[in-house]
Amino acid sequence: MLKINLKHKASILVLAFVMAVFAMPYAFKTGDIKKQGDYIPPTPLQLTIPAGWPKPAKNIYATNPLTEQGFQLGKKLFYDGRLSRDGNFPCASCHQQFAAFASYDHDFSHGFNNSFTTRNAPPLFNLAWMPLLHWDGGINHIEVQPLGPLAAKNEMAANLDSVLLMMRKDTAYPKLFKAAFGSTLINSQRMLKALAQFTGSIVSYNSKYDKVKRGEAAFSIPEQNGYNVFKAKCESCHKEPLFTDYSFRNNGMAINTYLNDFGRMRITGDKNDSLKFKVPSLRNIILTFPYMHDGRFYSIGQAIDHYRTGIITTQPTLDTALKNRIAISNAEKNNLIYFLYTLTDTALVKNPRYAEH
Amino acid sequence: MKNRMVLYGSFFTLLCLVTAFSFKPLPGKENVQFTFINTVKGIPITLNDSVYTNSFGEQYSIKNLKYYISNISLSGNTAADKKENFQLVDEGSEGSKTFSINVKPGTYTTVNFTIGVDSLHNVSGAQSGALDPMNGMFWTWNSGYIMAKLEGSSPVSSQVNNRFEYHIGGFSGPNNTVKKISLPFTIHHSPLIIDPAKTVTIVIEADLDKWWQSPNDIKISTTPVCTTPGELAKKIADNYSNIFSVKTIVKN
Repeated sequence: MLKINLKHKASILVLAFVMAVFAMPYAFKTGDIKKQGDYIPPTPLQLTIPAGWPKPAKNIYATNPLTEQGFQLGKKLFYDGRLSRDGNFPCASCHQQFAAFASYDHDFSHGFNNSFTTRNAPPLFNLAWMPLLHWDGGINHIEVQPLGPLAAKNEMAANLDSVLLMMRKDTAYPKLFKAAFGSTLINSQRMLKALAQFTGSIVSYNSKYDKVKRGEAAFSIPEQNGYNVFKAKCESCHKEPLFTDYSFRNNGMAINTYLNDFGRMRITGDKNDSLKFKVPSLRNIILTFPYMHDGRFYSIGQAIDHYRTGIITTQPTLDTALKNRIAISNAEKNNLIYFLYTLTDTALVKNPRYAEH
Repeated sequence: MKNRMVLYGSFFTLLCLVTAFSFKPLPGKENVQFTFINTVKGIPITLNDSVYTNSFGEQYSIKNLKYYISNISLSGNTAADKKENFQLVDEGSEGSKTFSINVKPGTYTTVNFTIGVDSLHNVSGAQSGALDPMNGMFWTWNSGYIMAKLEGSSPVSSQVNNRFEYHIGGFSGPNNTVKKISLPFTIHHSPLIIDPAKTVTIVIEADLDKWWQSPNDIKISTTPVCTTPGELAKKIADNYSNIFSVKTIVKN
């Protein structure tokens, strides 16, 4: 019916172009599906939950499926100094594996521009069991924890935009994000989820104490005596097997008037929470010195002595279990220290899986 | 010549068809648009330059205004669709003040939304999009979202550079600042019929004049700063839950 001449050809071309424009969204959709052809799904992992332990406080991987690739990306991020403003302060600068991921031999850690932190860096292990993070419980989810130290002027002092830009321009990161999350998209959510895959996977459960519990080893006599002291005088707060009940308590220390750190009260705004800090785990305690939220006690003996003779019993929010201090004889103290040594998890601090290289 | 007419005619018809098809709201397509207009007593605010006076006679100018509008939906004779959505309205970003959702056909009398971010999303780890912590609306030392942020300066403020700063948050307990509000449409606009062939724009006004009063008196001279959850934050949230009203509805 239509005789096609040259002019008509031009019209048909226009028509074809218009049709093509409207068909484009469909074409792109198909393209996306094709692109996914080279996508290899990450390898699922399971969080280690040691036999006999309570269930974790929450399923920290409910919306962040734990995978080998996610873990590896998280590990790279954890050890990458470029996440800090001047390149010197990766997460690992304060969380050292040989100190069970605490700051070894430092009451306060060092941060950007020759500054100090204002609290003792806590060790990182068994975080899935910890309902609230930080000494004052201010952090309610493992994924959002790194936002604090990343931005803090006296820690990593980073600008998150710059960190994301650095990773987007890097040769390795886009590939690692793709391997972990399916595409090269790099955003704060993926970075934080990857970090949580690494830090949340660190489970400490291979100390001598654990081996004794599993029937793989036996306590020496002093260790056993120390364990008995522990069960009688420490366990109400440092509950097995995690060696903390994760509650917030005032253990009767004089306030440091330079820091004026009132702990949990800053978070809840409740004066009944004044001077309360989270009960720390005693696992790896020998490696995590100095002790307390401000690292004021350098030796474990000093920390025990605080409970024997140092507690200020007039503080209104002092924990009721400490009203009369804790009667621990010199012999008991010595045995207790023997026992506390059995909580060191050498396998954890030497595990190459958590190491930088 | 006739052939050419036929060709152009069919070309035009086809173009019309394609156009009509592509603009018809498909099921699931966003057909209700919301536009938020931030004002002081009905006059759209100008950041930095304009000077306003609150009912206590305190002069102030606004540097920064941001707030979360989440889970916005319509309700009425048709049961509301409960779809999760989050929008960070930022006075400094024109595009942030207009957004769209899909509403199923029906008759509606009320718009419902939450000012802020519900408690679940405050405790569920790293989020993205409007809830990305990069947006400067997430507290890093006391996990939780800043629901609304108003910053500026006032000669009556005792703070550095006469600034005032309200970062309002807190998602649990007696000082919860998550505010669910419902705005019934006026008699002119109710019931609002949503039919599949049309889009509707609902314009919501936020009158910042009400930030300072009703039910609670907030004087810049007394409380120029609120940057933690607590009683003061709750009082300010009580106030700003009353600043919103439906200004107009435009059927397109």
